[in-house]
Amino acid sequence: MRTAFINALTELAKNDKDVVLITGDLGFGTFEPFEERFPGQYFNVGIAEQSMIGIASGLAKAGKKVFVYSIGNFVTLRCLEQIRNDACYHNLNVNLVSQGGGFTYGALGMSHHATEDLAIMRAVPNIEVVVPSNAKNSYEAVMQLANRSGVSYLRLEKGGLPFSSVSELVIGRPNLIKSGDNILLVASGSILEEALIASDKTSLNVGVLDLHTLKPLDEVELARILKEYSLIISIEEHQKAGGVGSLLLEVISDYEVDVKVKRVGINNELISLVGDQKYLRQSLSIDSNAITKIINEYKL
Amino acid sequence: MNSVNVANRVRKHSVDMVHRGKSSHIGSALSMVDILAVLYTNFLNVSPDNLDDPDRDYFILSKGHGGASLYATLAEVGFFSVEELSRHYQNGSPFSGHVSHKGIPGVEFSTGSLGHGLPVATGLALASKIDGRSNKVVVLVGDGELMEGANWEALLFAAHHQLDNLIVVVDRNRLQSFKDTEKTVALDPLDKKFDAFGADCLEIDGHDHEALYRTFSSTVEGKPTVIIANTIKGKGVSYMENKVIWHYKFPDEEQLKIAHDDISRGLK
Repeated sequence: MRTAFINALTELAKNDKDVVLITGDLGFGTFEPFEERFPGQYFNVGIAEQSMIGIASGLAKAGKKVFVYSIGNFVTLRCLEQIRNDACYHNLNVNLVSQGGGFTYGALGMSHHATEDLAIMRAVPNIEVVVPSNAKNSYEAVMQLANRSGVSYLRLEKGGLPFSSVSELVIGRPNLIKSGDNILLVASGSILEEALIASDKTSLNVGVLDLHTLKPLDEVELARILKEYSLIISIEEHQKAGGVGSLLLEVISDYEVDVKVKRVGINNELISLVGDQKYLRQSLSIDSNAITKIINEYKL
Repeated sequence: MNSVNVANRVRKHSVDMVHRGKSSHIGSALSMVDILAVLYTNFLNVSPDNLDDPDRDYFILSKGHGGASLYATLAEVGFFSVEELSRHYQNGSPFSGHVSHKGIPGVEFSTGSLGHGLPVATGLALASKIDGRSNKVVVLVGDGELMEGANWEALLFAAHHQLDNLIVVVDRNRLQSFKDTEKTVALDPLDKKFDAFGADCLEIDGHDHEALYRTFSSTVEGKPTVIIANTIKGKGVSYMENKVIWHYKFPDEEQLKIAHDDISRGLK
């Protein structure tokens, strides 16, 4: 997904000298050609995330379209107040791009688990929250975000979905990958793969929705889709509090959708267990097996 | 426009605003009045006519709690009418205690949480360099505010990129929430710290208009400028000067009269 990001940014920068990439000293092995090709459009601010967002806001105030890149928590939690006060209150074109959503960097340890970012980012006004599940959608998101006003948060992971079944990402419009009967699985990010595996495994015709944008959201369209089902299962590589499942519950409440909801996510804990993304999903029961279990219980 | 006259009127407006709104931070608003008056009457290329011009000079008030005197200065130099100042701190008004840009012409950036202004100013200065513009970016920071690490992050960056279009003015009134900065978390020797971070650091009397103007105009090529402006918190009102309590209190009717008298006499 990171390669897709820099490819998209390269396309943009070719035609628009106001596109600027700021990195917090990350992106080794990926950003060097961009730096060489676009002097004056690439700045490594060093290891200094708070000033990074302030500097990005100043650049954007002067008309630049700024992309700020760092690891999950560094570009969100470490500089949250700068995001809120400097970028969001002034509605500046500052696009926060995080590498390492969820357990992308699982074995690196708790500091590198981005598992509260979606809840926190979506709570702040004037910020769009986009969570692609694969490289192609990441590219599409970047191309759109550059020319949308205001702040955005783009959550990237390594690799992403191996499937090519997802359609074009249009910011704000949920992607119904597969319609089904009675049960709908809803996921954001590459964990969508677990939903697709679970839907393949069951004999039931289960629907799958890629909720790649948490904000802005076509809630009317989402509510219309949800109304077609009797059980919604959300799955997220994120704390249950404030994430994808929470968002669905909000929409279901606001639009008075008569449907049951089961949430698969992290249960309010910071994880010390070491392991890669796949391992941690399995260990924490936020994988296809967890979904299958809920589907089977529903059948009973 | 005479900057001394502007400063006196701004001081009167500021005490009136804080009295009327029963607000706070009058000491911080008064310590920076002379800096603002010189910037807006004699130095900054910014006016109601060029607010959208990318070539204008930018001013950012990082110590947003002093907002009253910035609003008053902007009114005095014509960004909006002086009558508008009566809305400060009132229900339904855009004039919040900490400075806000929304609906207020001339305020470039909203602040209130400390340590935000200098990084933003650094970004603006960088943008001007990228685009080959010759405008200046001035940011006014409080001295206590320098305890926020983001300032020093930004200074490292500004020096590295030789942002000589960036002028940082430190309102060195030496008082923070409880007591003297040096008895809280010592900042001195402050000039050496700025020098060590790669800035060109000058120290002046922050109430001397001539010195302020001279220093604003004497930037050095290849380095950001830091001006340590030694000031008196509460400057111009006898009973407020150097008294930490005026970070919190507002003057009552009687105190307001004394304040007006002091300001009219041009208290030295």
